[in-house]
Amino acid sequence: MSKHIKVALIGNPNTGKTSVFNSLTGLKQKVGNYPGITVEKKQGVCKLSRGVKAHILDLPGTYSLNTTSLDESVVVELLLNRNAPDFPDVAVVISDVENLKRNLLLFTQIKDLQIPAILVINMSDRMERKGISLDIGVLEQKLDTRVALVSTRRNTGIDQLKQLIENYRDIPVSRSIDVSLIDPPYFRRLEKTFPGEDLYKLWVVITQDVNFTPLQKKELFGDASFETKSREELKKLQHKETILRYQFINGILKETYKVDWKAAKGLRGNLDKILTHKVFGYLIFFVILLTIFQAIYDWSSIPMDFIDASFASASEWVKDTLPEGAFTNLIAEGIIAGIGGIVIFIPQIAFLFLFIAILEESGYMSRVVFLMDRVMRPFGLSGKSVVPLISGTACAIPAVMATRNIENWKERLITILVTPFTTCSARLPVYLIIIALVIPQGRFLGLGYQALTLMLLYLIGFGAAILAAWVLNRILKIPNRSFFVVEMPNYKWPLWKNVFFTVVEKTRSFVYGAGKIILAISIVLWFLGSNGFSEEFKNAEQIVTERVETQGLSANSQAFMAEKLEEYRASLSDSPAPAAPAGAVMHPQDSLQRLQADLRTRVINQEIASHRLEHSFIGQMGKLIEPLVRPLGYDWKIGIAVLTSFAAREVFVGTLATIYSVGNDEEETIKNRMAAEVRNDGTPLFNLASGISLLLFYAFAMQCMSTLAVVKRETNTWKWPMFQLAFMSTFAYIVAFTAYQILS
Amino acid sequence: MSFTIAHLRRGEKGIIREFNEASVPIKLLELGCLPGNEVELVQVAPLKDPIYINVNGTHIAIRRSVALQIELEPIEGI
Repeated sequence: MSKHIKVALIGNPNTGKTSVFNSLTGLKQKVGNYPGITVEKKQGVCKLSRGVKAHILDLPGTYSLNTTSLDESVVVELLLNRNAPDFPDVAVVISDVENLKRNLLLFTQIKDLQIPAILVINMSDRMERKGISLDIGVLEQKLDTRVALVSTRRNTGIDQLKQLIENYRDIPVSRSIDVSLIDPPYFRRLEKTFPGEDLYKLWVVITQDVNFTPLQKKELFGDASFETKSREELKKLQHKETILRYQFINGILKETYKVDWKAAKGLRGNLDKILTHKVFGYLIFFVILLTIFQAIYDWSSIPMDFIDASFASASEWVKDTLPEGAFTNLIAEGIIAGIGGIVIFIPQIAFLFLFIAILEESGYMSRVVFLMDRVMRPFGLSGKSVVPLISGTACAIPAVMATRNIENWKERLITILVTPFTTCSARLPVYLIIIALVIPQGRFLGLGYQALTLMLLYLIGFGAAILAAWVLNRILKIPNRSFFVVEMPNYKWPLWKNVFFTVVEKTRSFVYGAGKIILAISIVLWFLGSNGFSEEFKNAEQIVTERVETQGLSANSQAFMAEKLEEYRASLSDSPAPAAPAGAVMHPQDSLQRLQADLRTRVINQEIASHRLEHSFIGQMGKLIEPLVRPLGYDWKIGIAVLTSFAAREVFVGTLATIYSVGNDEEETIKNRMAAEVRNDGTPLFNLASGISLLLFYAFAMQCMSTLAVVKRETNTWKWPMFQLAFMSTFAYIVAFTAYQILS
Repeated sequence: MSFTIAHLRRGEKGIIREFNEASVPIKLLELGCLPGNEVELVQVAPLKDPIYINVNGTHIAIRRSVALQIELEPIEGI
């Protein structure tokens, strides 16, 4: 018989809740969202003994059941609703051995909701170093529960926890405190008005912030008006409740929890002297950021080059192996090129999230918040906004979601609105390819011009975000109840398992989230680029052949041929005699003629391809918007790429790759193809002016449908994403226009 | 002018005396910022804001405006 036990993991932030979740479930977990809202929902399965499985739900971290954010209200909503499908059979409350007192506050609240609750005391590996000793037996007896002493770092105690979960029916259900003691007359009235209802549950519902859980209140109270208290009075009572709970907890810990301060060693104090220092703190933070960017730029180029080459040869292989035809073209030029366009970003995304995960895991991220709060505040941002803004350098989508832990709605909204200005990884491929094309390779003070340009673009993105926030802070009229409390957790060596899980999870969400869009668009584009209505398109071969016969080759093609022939002649005079194939007698003059004929066929094919593309669906679309983008220094091909990348910025490169490789049997890489692109007057299309114009356009334009969709969900209206789209794209156009006109 | 958390110097300690419940977030109480508990000022960010404190073993950063609301009993000789 199979049995399912529903388990909810609950705990304060920074107690290693996620580590416990990872230890219980391994990779058998899935991350989704709670219906209707965007709080992350992490679920996993843990095998217990034979036939028994535990469904583990990792609830958002919270300090108590008094909610101050959407994340926290998810916990309360679930625990109050016994009919919810996820309502747990047993709650596993995670605590950190060093902060047991504070963690027990939440534990007593859960217990008072009459839910069987197991107490996990995590990070037990630190007890010795911190001089902590515990009397688990007495603790279990006093708290009337079962305790599992766990160290996810040393992987101890997890089996005991599994056993406790399996035997959850043995966990006593009892209250820790009598909440009615804080105001007996008030609770007597409550009892009279709602006979049979649980008093503590009523109290939790009453004190919830109205913004978060209106539903519960309606359900419980209906239209019957209960004369409740003013906000201030309730807050006073909550204060009393907190004191009451701490009295209870202190009483227990006095008997069970001993700290030998002489034995305690701490990194926190010493490290914080430096890491939060007025000067060194900022220097170190800046150096960390700089290191991350240099590392991403350098390290990821190795796997990226490899991926680039592999997909190019895979595409070639398919074309050589499969019979010629539309289907082969679809696979080689649509699908393989499209998938290559997704996979190529994985190294950068993985590296960036590796760093972010390490900063989060080590506890350093809280110090960043401390350092940045005062700096961010004048712009209407919270110190916590730094985290989304930094995460935005990977992708605006998780970053916008990461704004959820900002309690203040105005600060949160501004953060959401400006985060897409930060340089996300989707911009990187655009930046990298344009930088490689138009920025020289020299070095300045040991740093490459190209790396410096990239650094500058990151700073510009951040600057635009800050500036926009400053403006929005003045425009938006939203009442502000400022609120800021940030825990500074102890420094910890990152748990590599958690870092790895984060990297895998983020990469996976990119591949399956953005990747789907990228692949779909690549295929649509390939189709639009290789099909057309007009006679010009259908008869491209005939038209071009006739034109070449009557008017000769185009100037470009002639120049191209002349160059190749010159190269060949030079190679002839350099080396004595080219090794002739066995059995063949070949005179230099013959081989030259053969090369000339080959080249002629090739350039005619190129002219046909180019003609065909110009008259394909996509070419016509691009031409339609050319007048709009010409003042920015772009031609109709870039116009197409700009258009299609409204779906996702990284599509820009994929589009150009498709546009340039459609009907083109050259094996050149995209970059070389772009470098070879010339205007009608023969000057390169990608020069400093048009390159900078493109870089700036991509720095500011709101070109990501997925981000718009996330913002819609987070703000629950189309108003904000539409505002974002209009505001950012107009700004981008003006800046790019100005830059091109000045530079050209 | 009363003596509050915001008036501590780095490394200085005090005992929380009382504060106006309306102006202090409930979360701060839950984190252990309660009357009778000892507070140590760990670090102050530039412009004296935010303020990083250790209260009752919990390390948190709070804004100056909130710190000014929490009155202290100074501890001599530390």
